[in-house]
Amino acid sequence: MSKVVSELKYSAEHEWVAADGAGPVGIGISAVAADALGDIVYVDLPEVGSTVTAGETCGEVESTKSVSDLYAPVTGEVTEINDGVVADPALINSDPYGAGWLFKVAVTDEGPLMSAEEYAATNGGEL
Amino acid sequence: MTENYTALYDQHKKAGASFTDFGGWQMPLKYTSELAEHHAVRNAAGLFDLSHMGEVWVTGPDAGAFLDYALAGKLSAIAVGKAKYSLICDADGGIIDDLISYRRGEEEYLVVPNAGNAAQVAAALAERAANFDVAVGDVSAETSLIAVQGPSAEAILLQLVPAEQHALVTELKYYAAVEVGIAVNDVVQTLLLARTGYTGEDGFEIYVPNDDAARLWEALLDAGTVHGLIPAGLACRDSLRLEAGMPLYGNELSSRVNAYAAGLGPVVSLAKESDFVGREALAAIKAAGVGSTIGQKLVGLKGLGRRAARGHYPVLKDGTLVGEVTSGQPSPTLGYPVAMAYVDVEYSEVGTVLDVDLRGKAEQFEVVSLPFYKRAR
Repeated sequence: MSKVVSELKYSAEHEWVAADGAGPVGIGISAVAADALGDIVYVDLPEVGSTVTAGETCGEVESTKSVSDLYAPVTGEVTEINDGVVADPALINSDPYGAGWLFKVAVTDEGPLMSAEEYAATNGGEL
Repeated sequence: MTENYTALYDQHKKAGASFTDFGGWQMPLKYTSELAEHHAVRNAAGLFDLSHMGEVWVTGPDAGAFLDYALAGKLSAIAVGKAKYSLICDADGGIIDDLISYRRGEEEYLVVPNAGNAAQVAAALAERAANFDVAVGDVSAETSLIAVQGPSAEAILLQLVPAEQHALVTELKYYAAVEVGIAVNDVVQTLLLARTGYTGEDGFEIYVPNDDAARLWEALLDAGTVHGLIPAGLACRDSLRLEAGMPLYGNELSSRVNAYAAGLGPVVSLAKESDFVGREALAAIKAAGVGSTIGQKLVGLKGLGRRAARGHYPVLKDGTLVGEVTSGQPSPTLGYPVAMAYVDVEYSEVGTVLDVDLRGKAEQFEVVSLPFYKRAR
């Protein structure tokens, strides 16, 4: 079963949000989503300086077999994107909670987020 | 839809496969990574369970004449031991299925339809057999089919074939088949071995009774591991066949599509003297210039950006709809998006740049000749 990291919060659209208090928060997609997508070969991220809105699409993740919209789990300004994952999208499969992070947002508003326990229970993940 | 399981279902589960429904069958989609499986087939070898495919024997004094009537090709003309790719069409020229027929004797053919069409093909053959002295026997339910595909396929297979029969394998031509001894659990069994495939690589397909399928699967894995053989699922089968420019029934082919639009004109033998189902319609379609001067034509598209086209995406020229994508994805071997699409013939010339509407945003694709990938020989 796909791993769910207990220190993170999750959106219904399978994005994770780093729960650390101060400063911009890191965002990525869960291992559940990465495994379901298959081998990811292309990722389109929001631009640094743009504003993303919780629950709205802000990019896309494309695997050999399918393509999936990327939804912003929070509202705020994008402060940084992970160039490493743009160059090597396979990082999302190999290390979705680490080197496969996607972008950081200075949060003004959180969307509805789940705890790791809730997310794992509803999506068949493993804590 | 009925849920069917192949005789190798436990092997797939044990290997950690994720499953998908395909033509009413629970089939392995991938075991680990579909990209790794794709590259294994291109560079070493992959092991496929194709037991969902149908197997129909056509036997009797009229076997050749009957297939000439039932299928679009001239099957009576192929030599014993050889195989032929053909189409079974309806009276309107629509494609019921694409299939491979193996001539196993003067009066004996094995016809292999696709999984989702097997019952329909068997029924159509039985119906068309009314005025011929033939027997049509559907053995799909008791027959498994295992493929070894990739440049190492021959070396792997030879490990299970007695030395005195090696030449049968090494001299077997593409699109030919032979009965050969294969060691399954140290017992040499005579099985039908075909040098065919759907990956664009060298490879073999082995027909085996269900009861022996698991042991043959394990024996091939044991023999192949040192050659880089890994089990390979339908996900990579799809990316491999797309790179090789091979049509997939349900995507490129259907009852609404005819052979000439699909680029399969040469498969239709209008030259054969005898009548066949769909002849009149196909002759008219050809005479009208469908797929060459009017209508649409199946083409290859190469993505000029990084985003891939997918099935059913609209193809545009200057904002006007001129076609539709049938299959598409990023090519693991070539590193750019590839797709097949039906487009209006006036935009089908190689080098034409078209747009594909990728979820609201147009991306440029160039018409290229098929296949996208051809192995070095």
